[in-house]
Amino acid sequence: MFRNQYDTDVTTWSPTGRLFQVEYAMEAVKQGSAAIGLRSRSHVVLACVNKAQSELSSHQRKIFKVDDHIGVAIAGLTADGRVLSRYMRSESINHSFTYESPLSVGRLVVRLADKAQVCTQRSWKRPYGVGLLVGGLDESGAHLYYNCPSGNYFEYQAFAIGSRSQAAKTYLERRYESFQESSREDLIKDAIMAIRETLQGETLKSSLCTVSVLGLEEPFHFLDQESIQKVIDTFEKVPEEEEDAGEGEAEPEAAPVAAGTGEQGGSGDQDVAPMEM
Amino acid sequence: MTKQHANWSPYDNNGGTCVAIAGSDYCVIAADTRMSTGYSILSRDYSKIHKLADKAVLSSSGFQADVKALQKVLKSRHLIYQHQHNKQMSCPAMAQLLSNTLYFKRFFPYYAFNVLGGLDEEGKGCVFTYDAVGSYERVGYGAQGSGSTLIMPFLDNQLKSPSPLLLPKQDSNTPLSEAEAVDLVKTVFASATERDIYTGDKLEIMILKADGIKTELMDLRKD
Repeated sequence: MFRNQYDTDVTTWSPTGRLFQVEYAMEAVKQGSAAIGLRSRSHVVLACVNKAQSELSSHQRKIFKVDDHIGVAIAGLTADGRVLSRYMRSESINHSFTYESPLSVGRLVVRLADKAQVCTQRSWKRPYGVGLLVGGLDESGAHLYYNCPSGNYFEYQAFAIGSRSQAAKTYLERRYESFQESSREDLIKDAIMAIRETLQGETLKSSLCTVSVLGLEEPFHFLDQESIQKVIDTFEKVPEEEEDAGEGEAEPEAAPVAAGTGEQGGSGDQDVAPMEM
Repeated sequence: MTKQHANWSPYDNNGGTCVAIAGSDYCVIAADTRMSTGYSILSRDYSKIHKLADKAVLSSSGFQADVKALQKVLKSRHLIYQHQHNKQMSCPAMAQLLSNTLYFKRFFPYYAFNVLGGLDEEGKGCVFTYDAVGSYERVGYGAQGSGSTLIMPFLDNQLKSPSPLLLPKQDSNTPLSEAEAVDLVKTVFASATERDIYTGDKLEIMILKADGIKTELMDLRKD
């Protein structure tokens, strides 16, 4: 995208019917470190890469518990994400207080989306620069939604956002048909493997990723480092051995990963509105 | 022209008694399960004890609709606390929150007479006793409700803690063992049930310790 005379205000349309400020906000999401969500019939797994500003600092928290039955993973401006998580928690608590029952995920994401939309139609505001993967369980089953800065939201079986998320998406696209009936353990494994895709060659360690699970009879919680490492150990070999056929999983991943990176650097055409995130 | 008065009251008293005793590493919270209105019984099996946090349990007698509303507010506030601090509220923290919540409605109070029991940050038992508008004090034992006037003097006789005005400050905890405390609670309730018409049916006892909460149910006279 290039600068143009219609991109200063969020309340200015371009002649081709685009709101550039909103699109720029979506760019901010692509800059954040990756976050991944997958769901089965009974569980939702949210995972993210722990990227620290520098070697000296700790990494920012990107996955938040909203309630026992809802969690959210963010990518982009984490400060905006924190504020929206607080809003979601507040909505969930107020709903429980009034109706003595947990807030449905679908209702929550609509409120979130409407809140985001407001920022695209006020001259004194700016859009939230964060994408949210909202995963939760309610009466109608397990759900995974993606909320855009634009105010749109979509439901997914599996999705990835943030930098190098295309690699993860490619992996998920190949495997998503099996997710609905997946077991909890397989779902977690797939999430971690999707995370690995975004790391592109860097050795996958449990310290590099955060994984959270929620499901029937299982309130939202984070997996501890040990559990994550155990899953990693089942498929990740020590670096020297990766060149051999090993588990067989390392090899097929290499090809789509290479194809994925090509797309990350460039952006869409000037005239095509990037409606798809 | 004399001032017109309302011919209805927003409050009702559902009766019942609540007691709590703090030990060196435990806390016993007990309440009867009778809920009444006037001279009628509404339920013989209504729990007046509510767990607010892992280490804080609230027992309230008075107007149960207000008690329920109060519990809901505290539960929501506790959730917010957990989100912000990533941990459960301690009993002394909950005690302060309860006090503030009650005073917040100073001019239309919760008709709730509370006893908060739990473990403090050192793992010792603690009991906090309240009035309807939030005045509270940490004590070694407490009783509230319709049978409190019958029970409190007896607890004083058995457990009297040294006065808080004494110097040097002395421990407000009772030197009872857990079994002795539970036994004492059963005794006082059995006695209160004899003379207080609003206390009876069943006694619910919650024993709070560092490793968890145990609940016991004992029958009381049903008349």
